[in-house]
Amino acid sequence: MSAASSTRSPRRRPRNSVLLTVFMTLFVVYTLLPLFWLVVNSTKTQPELFASFGLWFSDGFHLFDNIGRVLTYQDGIFLRWLGNTLLYVVVGAGGATLLATLGGYGLAKFRFPGKRAIFAIILGATAVPGTALAVPTFLMFSQLGLTNTPWAIILPSLISPFGLYLVWTFAVDAIPDELLEAARIDGAGEIRIFFSVAARLLAPGFATVLLLTTVATWNNYFLPLIMLSRPEWYPLTVGLNQWNAQSTTVGGEAVYDLVITGSLLAIVPIVAAFLFLQRYWQSGLAAGAVKQ
Amino acid sequence: MSSRQSRLLRGAAALAGVALAASLAACSGTSDGAESGDADDIAAALEAGGEITVWTWGTPVQKVADAFEEKYPNVTVDVVNAGTGNDEYTKLQNAIKAGSGAPDVVQIEYYALPQFILSGALADLSDFGFDAYEDAYTASTWNSVTTDDGIWALPQDSGPMVMYYNQAVFDQFGLDVPTTWDEYIAAAEKLHAADPSKYLLNDGGDAGFTTSMIWQAGGHPYSSNGDTVTIDLQDQGAQKWTAVWNQLLQNDLISPISGWSDEWYQALGDGTIATLLSGAWMPANFESGIQASAGDWRVAPLPTYDGTAASAENGGSSNAITEQSSNKLLAAGFLEYMNHDPEGVKIQIDAGSFPSTTADLESDEFLDYASDYFGGQQINKVLVQASEDVLPGWEYLPFQVYANSIFPDTVGQSYASKGDLNDGLVEWQEQTAAYGTEQGFTVTTD
Repeated sequence: MSAASSTRSPRRRPRNSVLLTVFMTLFVVYTLLPLFWLVVNSTKTQPELFASFGLWFSDGFHLFDNIGRVLTYQDGIFLRWLGNTLLYVVVGAGGATLLATLGGYGLAKFRFPGKRAIFAIILGATAVPGTALAVPTFLMFSQLGLTNTPWAIILPSLISPFGLYLVWTFAVDAIPDELLEAARIDGAGEIRIFFSVAARLLAPGFATVLLLTTVATWNNYFLPLIMLSRPEWYPLTVGLNQWNAQSTTVGGEAVYDLVITGSLLAIVPIVAAFLFLQRYWQSGLAAGAVKQ
Repeated sequence: MSSRQSRLLRGAAALAGVALAASLAACSGTSDGAESGDADDIAAALEAGGEITVWTWGTPVQKVADAFEEKYPNVTVDVVNAGTGNDEYTKLQNAIKAGSGAPDVVQIEYYALPQFILSGALADLSDFGFDAYEDAYTASTWNSVTTDDGIWALPQDSGPMVMYYNQAVFDQFGLDVPTTWDEYIAAAEKLHAADPSKYLLNDGGDAGFTTSMIWQAGGHPYSSNGDTVTIDLQDQGAQKWTAVWNQLLQNDLISPISGWSDEWYQALGDGTIATLLSGAWMPANFESGIQASAGDWRVAPLPTYDGTAASAENGGSSNAITEQSSNKLLAAGFLEYMNHDPEGVKIQIDAGSFPSTTADLESDEFLDYASDYFGGQQINKVLVQASEDVLPGWEYLPFQVYANSIFPDTVGQSYASKGDLNDGLVEWQEQTAAYGTEQGFTVTTD
């Protein structure tokens, strides 16, 4: 390997900077500390939680007890919320990524009237925060009778202007026009060209958008809060907040231990998804860089 | 069930825009005609049966609904937790705006009730003969659910304020139970000087607490008549309160821990915070959340300004019937059972709720109850006395939910900088008044 790389264009030697290392270390601590807190405190019972130092373990180790109680509390509604979140992510984020890839490819590789107007609209749409649209969307969905159904979360999640924009700019460079022309000369239809030629070249862009929409949908809080009033359709974010709020009500059981352990369980899949998709993303970016 | 405001998404709820003025004039047009009736009509409706939806975050309500369904087998009560406090109000406001989606019966805290009354979202309960129930409730809670034009909800629970104090900490540092605010300040100084890690109280700045304290000091900062609103957060009561609180704040005698955080539960459990000024609904939360100091806590009346007993309501909820409800008679039947019928009320008292019904407050069984958590003290005697000492005549704004949401940006800043709370109150008043004007109210500030 080292011989091979030495024959390529000379690389810059990485510079070691004490300052950078210190800065990076601080940043790592800063970002990992909340996560560490979460892991440590999900091993405590509620009395231990209130009676021990927050950043270290208490005497007992109750992680598995806590997990068991999270999964069974209120007739196991946590699992229902987890299932809802997965549904919203798979259909919502998956659909959004598919639509963004199709649309981005079309905008990048086809010429048609009104393209500039669409460009302007999409660019403008990326600037509008979803929160601002939540209430108007609610009123519209209420007219359609879709509030309190999974569609109220899935339909708005299907639209990702930023994802579309990302795929578009990515597709412009990632798919050579010559390749598409060659495929057309060989007699392939546009749909076949998209799925057998373009889709593969777009894989890194697809993975990036999937990552972004998955994280956004997984963490979506405000939209479900507005749209849903029935706990059985809540995603994890709104459900956990409901448990958290319960401790401030009369006769309401304080369940901070379950909120904390539930939060830990809620981030495990998203962390896994991130690490998994990141590999594709990086290798894809690298592959693209070598090509030209 | 009382709740302190959910702190999460306070800003976001405000963002969701509880637009009022638009709905001010135009009352809901979706009501199915004049649904009203007396007790016989309600009884007939209960016999005929049907289904109603109840929005509440109070956990005992499911038990009430179960008992109710057993009594009236043809009725189905769907109890839904649509969110606590602000979360629920945002959803309710949106459902009102959309013209559909609101429940039949809805839990609304007293401070938020004027907003929904004024927008015409609630049914007038006089139509069901509930005006006869006036004497069944404490004066302050009945006052909160009525206007000159009607009765808009039935009180569910109440939260007259008292002082909870940690007897063990008081003994350890030789503190006497303060009966006036001057004594309270002196005790705060003594405790913090003896052990700088300990505080007599925490107050991270909370709109509900501040308004209650102004209430206890005899203030009437808000008054409204239709869409004419007066705000004066520098009245005599407000200034009496800030005179005490500025001393506590500026001399570092207040722990900045926010209420209802895990840190707060910890501090109440290990004696870091030695008193808690809060509503009468707090004992149930002590028992469920603060086991570490079980047996150490006691209850005393709030300290006074001049020796005359005075209290205020803090928190507490009512339940209303929405104009959107398509089965108001059934809803009225459930409401009556939950908040007026001794059976329904008792279920909630047993679950730790502090009632607003005078018959329960005056019953020997209730008054003689000795709480193990509070070292055998007959706490209800103190709590009921507080409910009698609540000063009359308090009003909240018809846009109090919004006003409370901007509290952290105004008075909260005075807390954070340990500055003059009067500056924060003036700023709060100005921003609240500006919002009211935007919403179409005629706002005067003195």
